[in-house]
Amino acid sequence: MWLPWAPLVVQPQVRTGWGRVPARPPPPGRAARLERRKPADDAVAALTRDIDGRAATEVLDLSRRRRPGEGAIEGLLFLAGAVSIATTVAIVFILVEESAKFFAGPEVGLIAFFTGTVWQPRIGLFGLWPLLNATLMVTAIGMAVALPLGLLSAVYLSEYASARVRSVLKPILEVLAGIPTVVYGYFALTFVTPILRSIFGPDVVQIYNVASAGLVVGILIIPLVASLSEDALHAVPLGLREAAYGVGATRLETSLQVVVPAAFSGIAAAFILAISRAVGETMVVAVAAGAGPNFTFNPFYAAETITGHIVRISGGDLSYDSVDYQSIFGLALVLFFMTLALNVLSGRVVRRFREVYE
Amino acid sequence: MTPESGSQGPAPDRNGHTVIGAGAAARQVAARHSRGRLWLAGFQAATVVAIVALAALVYNVTSNSMGLIAYTVAVDAATLTAEGVSVKEMRRDEMVRILESRLSAQRLRVLDVQGPLAQRSHGELSRILEREVIRPKVVRSFGALESVFRRAEIEAQVGREHPDARLTWRRWWDWQFVTSPQSSYPEFAGIRTAILGSLWMIAITVAVAMPVGVAAGIYLEEYADRGRRINQLIQTNINNLAGVPSIIYGILGLTVFVRALEPLTSGAALGLTDPTTANGRTILSAGLTMALLVLPVIIITTQESVRTVPPSMREASFGLGATRWQTVRHHVLPYALPGILTGAILSVSRALGETAPLVVVGASTFITTDPTGPFSKFTVLPMQVYQWTSRPQDTFRDIAAAAIIVLLVLLLLLNSVAIVLRNRYTVRY
Repeated sequence: MWLPWAPLVVQPQVRTGWGRVPARPPPPGRAARLERRKPADDAVAALTRDIDGRAATEVLDLSRRRRPGEGAIEGLLFLAGAVSIATTVAIVFILVEESAKFFAGPEVGLIAFFTGTVWQPRIGLFGLWPLLNATLMVTAIGMAVALPLGLLSAVYLSEYASARVRSVLKPILEVLAGIPTVVYGYFALTFVTPILRSIFGPDVVQIYNVASAGLVVGILIIPLVASLSEDALHAVPLGLREAAYGVGATRLETSLQVVVPAAFSGIAAAFILAISRAVGETMVVAVAAGAGPNFTFNPFYAAETITGHIVRISGGDLSYDSVDYQSIFGLALVLFFMTLALNVLSGRVVRRFREVYE
Repeated sequence: MTPESGSQGPAPDRNGHTVIGAGAAARQVAARHSRGRLWLAGFQAATVVAIVALAALVYNVTSNSMGLIAYTVAVDAATLTAEGVSVKEMRRDEMVRILESRLSAQRLRVLDVQGPLAQRSHGELSRILEREVIRPKVVRSFGALESVFRRAEIEAQVGREHPDARLTWRRWWDWQFVTSPQSSYPEFAGIRTAILGSLWMIAITVAVAMPVGVAAGIYLEEYADRGRRINQLIQTNINNLAGVPSIIYGILGLTVFVRALEPLTSGAALGLTDPTTANGRTILSAGLTMALLVLPVIIITTQESVRTVPPSMREASFGLGATRWQTVRHHVLPYALPGILTGAILSVSRALGETAPLVVVGASTFITTDPTGPFSKFTVLPMQVYQWTSRPQDTFRDIAAAAIIVLLVLLLLLNSVAIVLRNRYTVRY
């Protein structure tokens, strides 16, 4: 029986390419341990003579050693992982604590906050709806652009494009995804808005408007939708497509009626993530959608989103005790829970509706 | 796929299948294929939209960043000297004399405090002369394409609207733009302070986020027992953190680094307070905030690249008696390094372009002095773009475009480094 923790008796010499190298003598501590185990060691030593008949003269202890360094390293690595937990805890704690101050103040009530349609801190009105409405409008317009275009190009990239076309298109999408959002804001304000104004007339379209911000947020999110959906389509096993072709389906019928439904969970998750991204998008709306909360359903009017408002308020010099300062925490809390709910939902969708093959 | 059905079609057979003739089948197949071609055109059009958007963005930025400008001057350079030469050809002593005669005593004192006029270089003197005496002012600027193709019309229009203005071609993103500090005159504004601020911030971000992120990624892949709740919690948490809007990180940074840790981030605890600041709105706060923001990205890319190291590597190392850390240190890390570095570079480019959290953390709106260390107040490149874009004047929009070009060039460089790294050091098994 071989016991890995029992001391093994081995030849004291190590054979190397250049001859025999004498082994170092064992440290005193180990020698003392050897003393105690004398009888057993002798028995083992008798069994382990080498070919030349020489007895083993030394015992090498390979028993499990205590390695405090290993434990310390694992502890450090765990701490690094725990930083992420600390971040989340800090985010939630800060948002809740400061929002509590905001809602506990004399100016704002929870009900007034969630039902009010006027956001005018100067006259003490903190109704969420103008900001939320603008956020939802930007998101809706952005999704109207990003979801169809993203999904259609994903289908094209995954089901139709040749390797050469893909090698050109994928980097373009990556470049689009890597451009800073403030650049998209500039693009919305100096390119898309003038186009909208020349199409619909400068009287109809204000200089800062929700439509141009929404359109550009859509463009910004196309790469996200396209690459996530393409991953999902790509993961559908080839056998499904071959079976569809086998019963005489055309490429379109295979793509739309076999591959897309099979990849449904991934595509739905991509869509939900895209919505979450649009809700949290900041710089485009801060630059192009306008400053000043405005409760309107007209996409050609200026209106401030939740993120845009946080940026504008915190960009100014504000005192830490003002209601303005506390209000951005209340808004951030709403934003945080909206995006968190969407992200969690997206993960659920993937797990719930995933089609498992083989 | 569904055969045509209806009252006038052929009747179903006894199995419920509709039998159609060869001609009808051929027609049906042709119809299905033409439907396929139609949709294919749709797929291609959708893909083209992304390319068109990118092209439009690039066109818009380049077009705004150069072109013809019409400008007026307060004093004509030719009238300053007897010979009527341009500023470039003037001698240094001439320029000093002109400055001394034209500027107020107070302004001269300010300039002298910054550095005696007589000792300044030719380039410096000519810049002061341009800024303070000649004072060019852009009254109208035109896009690059219209400047090239409609030059005659532009000349006529400028002649009509601004009779005293001169027309010249100007490319805003030149070397002087990169090396000049911020200025309230767009004609002389540059992005040196912003570039230095970005570099300082990135250095802090990388120094903090890289070790922590890589360590966390290694812990989750190599050490963590997946069955334990705490490790599952960490993993889920990281995935959720990656989806938190960046502005929320800004609020986190504002509360924790700028306010709660103010003695530390302002340098007061170390006795290193920068004289220009006395609060926590420093590069250090920004760098730490950004580090938290990119941490999930680094952790996830580290995990992915550690996962690609084949298990046989680890087993061989364990088989030789190496401990877990020895295995990670000498085998897993070296093989995962290209992937980790790629992730790090991508996170740096994310940090370089991020604006929203820095607005909240409190990047300065206007500073002309270079940052000198982690406790300086600061501005960064995208912040500068945001500031200039928010101004109503056209000239600020033009230099915002120039700053965007510098930003995009930096990002492109970073990304090419990432691609080279990935292609060069990727080992396949």
